Amino acid sequence: MSENQKQIDKPTVAEPPEGVSGQGFFATSFEKAVGLARKNSLWPLPFATSCCGIEFMATMGAHYDLARFGSERLSFSPRQSDLLMVMGTVAKKMGPVLREVYVQMAEPKWVIAVGACAASGGIFDTYSVMQGIDRVIPVDVYVPGCPPRPEQIIDGIIKIQELAGNESLRRRHSKEYEDLMKQYNME
Amino acid sequence: MFQINPERNQLVVARLIENFGEAIEKHEVLSDMLCITVAKEVIHDVLLFLRDEKEMQFNFLTTLCGMHYPEKEQLGVVYHLHSFVNNNRIRIKTATDISNPVILTATTIWPAANWMERETYDFYGILFEGHPNLVRILNMDDMTDFPMRKDFPLEDQTREDKDDSMFGR
Amino acid sequence: MALDFDTDYWDKDVVRSEEPKEYNTLNVGPTHPATHGVFQNVMLMDGEFIVSTEQTIGYIHRAFEKIAERRPFYQITPLTDRLNYCSSPINNMGWHMTVEKLLGIETPKRVDYLRIVIMELARIADHIICNSVIGVDSGALTGFTYIFQDREYIYEIYEEICGARLTTNMGRIGGFERNFSDKAWTKIRHFLKTFPAHLKEFETLLARNRIFMDRTINVGPFPADRALAYGFTGPNLRACGVDYDVRVMNPYCSYEEFDFIVPVGQNGDTYDRFMVRQEEMKQSMHIMKQAIAKLDKMDDKETYFASDPRFVLPPKEKVYNNMEALIWHFKIVMGETDIPVGEVYHCVEAANGELGFYLVSDGGRTPSRLHFRRPCFIFYQAYPEMVQGNMLSDAILTMSSMNVIAGELDA
Repeated sequence: MSENQKQIDKPTVAEPPEGVSGQGFFATSFEKAVGLARKNSLWPLPFATSCCGIEFMATMGAHYDLARFGSERLSFSPRQSDLLMVMGTVAKKMGPVLREVYVQMAEPKWVIAVGACAASGGIFDTYSVMQGIDRVIPVDVYVPGCPPRPEQIIDGIIKIQELAGNESLRRRHSKEYEDLMKQYNME
Repeated sequence: MFQINPERNQLVVARLIENFGEAIEKHEVLSDMLCITVAKEVIHDVLLFLRDEKEMQFNFLTTLCGMHYPEKEQLGVVYHLHSFVNNNRIRIKTATDISNPVILTATTIWPAANWMERETYDFYGILFEGHPNLVRILNMDDMTDFPMRKDFPLEDQTREDKDDSMFGR
Repeated sequence: MALDFDTDYWDKDVVRSEEPKEYNTLNVGPTHPATHGVFQNVMLMDGEFIVSTEQTIGYIHRAFEKIAERRPFYQITPLTDRLNYCSSPINNMGWHMTVEKLLGIETPKRVDYLRIVIMELARIADHIICNSVIGVDSGALTGFTYIFQDREYIYEIYEEICGARLTTNMGRIGGFERNFSDKAWTKIRHFLKTFPAHLKEFETLLARNRIFMDRTINVGPFPADRALAYGFTGPNLRACGVDYDVRVMNPYCSYEEFDFIVPVGQNGDTYDRFMVRQEEMKQSMHIMKQAIAKLDKMDDKETYFASDPRFVLPPKEKVYNNMEALIWHFKIVMGETDIPVGEVYHCVEAANGELGFYLVSDGGRTPSRLHFRRPCFIFYQAYPEMVQGNMLSDAILTMSSMNVIAGELDA
C-alpha cells in the first residue's frame, strides 16, 4: 500500500532539453525551445483516402487517443496545419490534388505516409495507382501496414515528433532542402 | 442459390421468342439463372419489353457490365435484371464487333444504367448510342486505352524501379 | 424543416432586382472533411442553394476487376475486403459464397450460422460508422466518440477470429480457417449483452434531439419509384419505403430460418435513413442471438468448413501427418484443381445494399471475368437529383447519410 502511495505521489515528468537552470529560470537554445513547442502541438491534416482512414478514425477515437500527443485540432485546411497525414491509396488521378494540398501548406511541414499504399503502392501494383506518394511529395516518415494498427500510427507520429523537436532552425533554408524541393519541382 | 422456377423461365423464353424471333440467339440456364443471348440490334427493345410487359415486369436493373471475347474479336455487354414482383432474375447478353462497338443505351429505360455504361465505356470502349454523357468515369480523362481488355497489361509499364531478377517475372 | 422564415413579412420594403441571377461555382473537392472518401462535387450555387452538381469519381480507382483476372480465387478475398472496408467480413463471405456456388460446394449448417454471426456483426460495425458520422457532420461529435468504443470491441472480436482488425480476409472457400475460440464466444456474448445499452445512449443523443431532427427531416427526400429506377438497394431504398432485402427475397446462407423485421422508412429523407440503420442494428443483434442459440443447440461444435477435398484446404494437422492431405493442399494452393467452366451471379445484403459478384470462369485458375455489383457506385448517381434546390448544409448531410464509401465507389 505504501509502495503504491509512493508511486502515486511522484509524477513522471518529461525530460527537459539540455540547458542551464537556476533559481526560477531555465535557459536553453532557441532551437530546442521552438522544437519542444512544435513537436507537442502538431496539427494534422488527415488526407484520408481509403481503409487506413478508418484506422485513423479509430486512432482519433477515445481508445487510442491521438489528441494526447498534441494533435487535438484536426485541420482540413492546409494553410493551418503542420502535418500532412496521407492515409490510403493515392491513385494517379489524385496525385495533382495531393501536390496542391502539400504546396499550400506553410513551412515547417511534415508528411507521414500511413499504410502500405501510401508508402509504396501497397498490394495494388496496377496501372492506375501511384506506387508511393514520394513520387509527388517528399515524405518524412513511412508507416507500413495494411492497415497499420493505431499503435503503429501513433509510433509514426512520435517519430515525427522527434524529427520536429530536433530540427535545426535553418533546415528549411538550407541547400539540401532546396535541392529536395527542386527534385519535386516545387520552388 | 436462387430458386429456379422452370415455368417462369419457359414463359419468359417463349414470350421473347414470340416477339423477337431470330434475334434471340441462345437461351440456357446456367447455375441458377436463365441466360439469354440476343443480337445487339434488338437489345433496347428486348430490355423495354422485359420491363414493361405485364407478365415480365423486370423493373430493376441489377447490374450492367462489359466483357471481352478475344477469340471471337467481340466486346459484350451483360445485363442482370430482377423482377421484384415475380422474384425472378435473368441475365441478358449481347455482343458486338470490336472494330465498331456501338450499342443502344439503356439509360432511357433505367437511369441506373448511366454510370454503369460510362464504366463499361471506360473499361472496354463500347460506345453507347444515345447516352447523355459518355465520358470516362474511373480512369484518368486523358487515357487513350481501354484497360479491361485482355491485351492491356495490369501493371504500369513505365516503372523503372522493379527488379525483375528478384521476383522471377 | 429549417427555421420558418417568412420572407414576405420581413422583405416587404425590399425591391428585388430584375437582373438575371449570377451563379458561383463551389468545388466540394476530393479532399473534404465531409466527403468520407475521395470524390468531388463541383456545385453551381445560387447563394446558398444548389442549382446543379457535377460529380467526379475515380480518385481511388484501384482496378480491382483487372487485378481479379490475375489472381487465383482465394487470393481475391483480400481484394474484396477493400471494397466496403467498414464491413469487410460481409464482402469476404459474399465472395466465398459466390465461389461455392460456382464449384457446387454445400456448406454445413454450422458454417452457415457462424457466417451469419459474423456478417451481422459487420453490419452493426458499418452502421455504427455511418450513424455516428451523420452526427459528426451535423456537429454532434459526442455520439461518435462514445459509440466508437463498441466498434473497437467488434475489432477485438475480429482479431480473435481472424487476426486482423479492419481488412479481415476472413474465412476460406467452404468455411473458416479455424473454429471460433472460446474467447471469441465470450467476447461475442459480452458484446450482445452490453451493446444495446450503448446504442440506446447513442440514440437518446440524436434521435429525438430537436436540432438533429430539424437538420435531417425532409432533407434530401427521394421518392420510391425514382429510387428503384436508379438501382437503389439497402438502407437507402428501405428508407424510401420499399422493403427489398436480399436476405428475405433471395435467402442465402440459411437466412430463411431466421426471424427478423426489415425496417422501412417513409420519405427517404436523411432522418429515415438514420432511423432505418438504427433499427437494422437492433435487428442484427436479434439475428445474432438466434444464431448463437441455434449453435448452442447443435451437438456438433467442431465443423467449421465444408468437406470437399478438391477445393477446401485440409486442416494443418492432417497436412503434416497425412500424405493425401498434403497432396490436396499442394494442388489447391498451386491452383491445379479443376475449376469448372461456368458463370454465376451471387448477391448478399451488404451494409449498403445488394453487393453482387458476377463470376465467369473458363476453367483456368483465375477468373476470366469478375464484376462487382457495387451498391455505392449505383446509388451515388442519384445524388445530383437528391440535392438539387437544397441548401449546401443539407447536401452535406445527405451525402453522409447515404454512406458512400470511396473504396466501393471506385473499386
